[in-house]
Amino acid sequence: MRIAVVATCLADSLFPDVLKATVGLLERLGHTVVFPRAQVCCGQMHVNTGYLKEALPVVRHHVETFEAAEFDVAVAPSGSCVGSIRHQQAMVARRGGDTALAERATALAGRTYELSELLVDVLGVTDVGAYFPHRVTYHPTCHSLRMLRVGDKPLQLLRAVGGMDLVELPAADQCCGFGGTFSLKNPDVSTAMLADKMGNVLATKAEMCSAGDASCLMHIGGGLSRLKTGVRTVHLAQILASTTEKVYA
Amino acid sequence: MTTFLGVPIRRSRDAESPIRGSETFPQAAKRAVDDTRLRRNLGRATATIRGKRQAVVDELPDWEALRDSGSAIKARVMAELPALLEQLEANVTARGGVVHWAADAEEANRIITGIVKSKEVDEVVKVKSMATQEIGLNEYLEEHGIAAVETDLAELIVQLGHDKPSHILVPAIHRGRAEVREIFLNEMTGVAVGLTDDPRELAMAARTHLRRKFLSAKVAISGTNFAIADTGTLSVVESEGNGRMCLTLPETLITVMGIEKILPTFSDLEVFMQLLPRSSTGERMNPYTSLWTGVTPGDGPQEFHLVLLDNGRTNALADEVGRAALHCIRCSACLNVCPVYERAGGHAYGSVYPGPIGAVLTPQLTGIHGHDDVNSTLPYASSLCGACFDACPVKIDIPSLLVELRGRAVDSDRGHGLPTGWDGAMKAAAWVMSDEKRFAAAQKGLAAGRLIARKGQITNLPFPMSAWTGSRNIAAPPRQTSRQWFAETHGDSEGSA
Amino acid sequence: MSTRETMLAAIREAVALGAGPADVAPVPRDYARVGVLTDHDEVLELLVDRLLDYKALVTRTDRAGLPAALDEALAPVRSLVAPAGLPVELYETLRRRDRLVVVDGAPDVLTADQLDRLDAVVTGARVAIALTGTIVLDAGPDQGRRALSLVPDRHVIVLHADQVVETVPEGFARLTPTAPLTMISGPSATSDIELSRVEGVHGPRTLHVVLVSG
Repeated sequence: MRIAVVATCLADSLFPDVLKATVGLLERLGHTVVFPRAQVCCGQMHVNTGYLKEALPVVRHHVETFEAAEFDVAVAPSGSCVGSIRHQQAMVARRGGDTALAERATALAGRTYELSELLVDVLGVTDVGAYFPHRVTYHPTCHSLRMLRVGDKPLQLLRAVGGMDLVELPAADQCCGFGGTFSLKNPDVSTAMLADKMGNVLATKAEMCSAGDASCLMHIGGGLSRLKTGVRTVHLAQILASTTEKVYA
Repeated sequence: MTTFLGVPIRRSRDAESPIRGSETFPQAAKRAVDDTRLRRNLGRATATIRGKRQAVVDELPDWEALRDSGSAIKARVMAELPALLEQLEANVTARGGVVHWAADAEEANRIITGIVKSKEVDEVVKVKSMATQEIGLNEYLEEHGIAAVETDLAELIVQLGHDKPSHILVPAIHRGRAEVREIFLNEMTGVAVGLTDDPRELAMAARTHLRRKFLSAKVAISGTNFAIADTGTLSVVESEGNGRMCLTLPETLITVMGIEKILPTFSDLEVFMQLLPRSSTGERMNPYTSLWTGVTPGDGPQEFHLVLLDNGRTNALADEVGRAALHCIRCSACLNVCPVYERAGGHAYGSVYPGPIGAVLTPQLTGIHGHDDVNSTLPYASSLCGACFDACPVKIDIPSLLVELRGRAVDSDRGHGLPTGWDGAMKAAAWVMSDEKRFAAAQKGLAAGRLIARKGQITNLPFPMSAWTGSRNIAAPPRQTSRQWFAETHGDSEGSA
Repeated sequence: MSTRETMLAAIREAVALGAGPADVAPVPRDYARVGVLTDHDEVLELLVDRLLDYKALVTRTDRAGLPAALDEALAPVRSLVAPAGLPVELYETLRRRDRLVVVDGAPDVLTADQLDRLDAVVTGARVAIALTGTIVLDAGPDQGRRALSLVPDRHVIVLHADQVVETVPEGFARLTPTAPLTMISGPSATSDIELSRVEGVHGPRTLHVVLVSG
């Protein structure tokens, strides 16, 4: 299958390991990966901060870029970006008076998937042949859970990983407190939420906390690093891409 | 400037009111997160109620079908509101009730006070009512020499503690049992010196305290949970029996209802009486629900007044998107599942309507008057985690409403005064993020972050990113961005035809 | 213009800006309107289970056993009020053990204070909903006005098996909306202190249901 990656502005700029792992995994599974070069951002940050007018050119750019590319399905290693593509882009276009763009955005969203959705639903695989000999806990992330309803797909994939000790995260469905610019506009509440999330992560005695979204991991990881817990974060893609031959985390 | 056009708000923009506080949400929340006792009380109480709610919701295989019905009935109510209100008025009147119309808080307070004064009493008993909280009725009555006695236990705790409600269902949720005991000992006359903090003993103290008042009260004031248009039936859903006391024993009953609290037919009530108790107290059914229609000769109050309250509701109604906030049945499930509410507490919202629904309802009732209005910070009091939408019995998409309101708040500021720091940052970011060349250039700028990183982590950044680095590190930008890596390893394979 | 006219005009204007009656979807009614239990005994058992869960007292009996069961339920009671329309044969049972029985019915009605001095009230009911453990009173002749079942501290309800339905919609279908209705699910309770439930506040602190089969 010819799969386009939505790199996401955050992972593109700050977390290239996530993209390397996503590409490495899909290629190992025998697919062709393409990177629409003009891509930048889905517009989520602008939408969620209330700058819906400003989001319009960002959304238009995303839609035009991926429409111009040739691929079967697109994948983003981010639940919240796929959530924005699926549930916000058309709204931004409609609100901006561009109904044609809204329809194009909806069509594109129809073939854009979050990583665990792509693997389990589209590619029909739960055992990707990964090997990752670590104790890991998984934070399901709000948008994957409640916007995309990915359910236990990430856990199905993780349970099949060789050598890994997967431990359940208490109160897993609770938000980590990131919420995009929420973390800047309400830093005190955000930090209080992060503190509880970190407490739950530490209670598992895991070496690493994983998630399907680089943004939540940036938040949780930033807190774990500040407190010098020695626990680090790892993206779902990095675990799934790792094998006995090549390690992505 | 007011965000919502259409129907003008009649209420003056008073600095502080029951639905507008004196400081922004982040300011108020900052204090709350450091309040150890508050955090403990809220953490315990919300965890308890979350568990109970989930258990009784999981019992019903048709829960989603009930939510769909509830949501659709409410949408229909909004679309047919004028006719339903006239129908309700006609039916209440036909059964011996008197209907009053109040456009705002001042008018409602004036009407109610007038009725109470005509009965020549200086004390009234009250059933817990959000509508009367919203209009500040107790304070208004007090100014006119009338004592309003709250009879719901939690409202009584708030009233005796000279406090403000912090939750829609359990206004004293921020108080623990030890604090309640303290309040009762200090403020309740005739309470036993040996009163312990056992909730049962505290409830019995409230029973004794209020018993005489119930038996002798001449006038009662209530809100209503649902009003049935095609029969003129009103209802109060409660637990303690204080509602039944107020609705049954006094000679005169005054009920205040927001105009949105209407249901078309009695059979619609079968949906809401399944949705509400399970969502609010986590019970299959609340202990007591009273339904009455006008006046019944020989049974209950022989004089009944219904006050229909607008107070900004047409404002929300006029808004095609925001209208959904009026579907709310005040169950407070969204508060109990909200991670922000759990840590900031209800007072931080500055409104009698706190939590996720408060963050959408309050700014709609008051309108947002530019970014210096404290209520403009409410739509941002959420991480958009979506737990509220999942818990809402009438499926109000609160996260989407919050996003829409954020859009309105930003739009209301456009062209008015100086742009905020956020305006500049977001405009610049939009310019960068709608073009890959500009974005690539910006990514090069990010690399400067490597200079201030230590061991791959940045621990201190200037404003506004200091809000981040105050409590979290951020990984140093990589040597190579994702797109650079892909181009280097995959050449031209960019997916173009 | 009166406030009524101004308000209605404003509401009409506001409604017109959004979805009107023609735009909203019809209301789906896919929830369970009738029960799934085929055996009525199972419905009764469900009701009993729910009532006990609310800390109500329950006595099950048949028609022949009703006097004894009712007498037993009233064992701690010295005085009580009864509505004028109870089945006549019950009054004799109420008066056993020298209990003072005051019958309330126009024109002889008790004041709230008088009711407060009585130990208990015995009433019938209109309908009971098993799934939620709810008993509905509609102020019918065997129940009396609402104050009767409210002020005395012990409420004994004589409920007949054919009055018990499984679901909320089935129960509501039997009600006359304009009657003064009181839905009762267990004794008075509060969860206002730390959200932990405590039974017994202002309403009757003891609810005793005598469920009569056959």
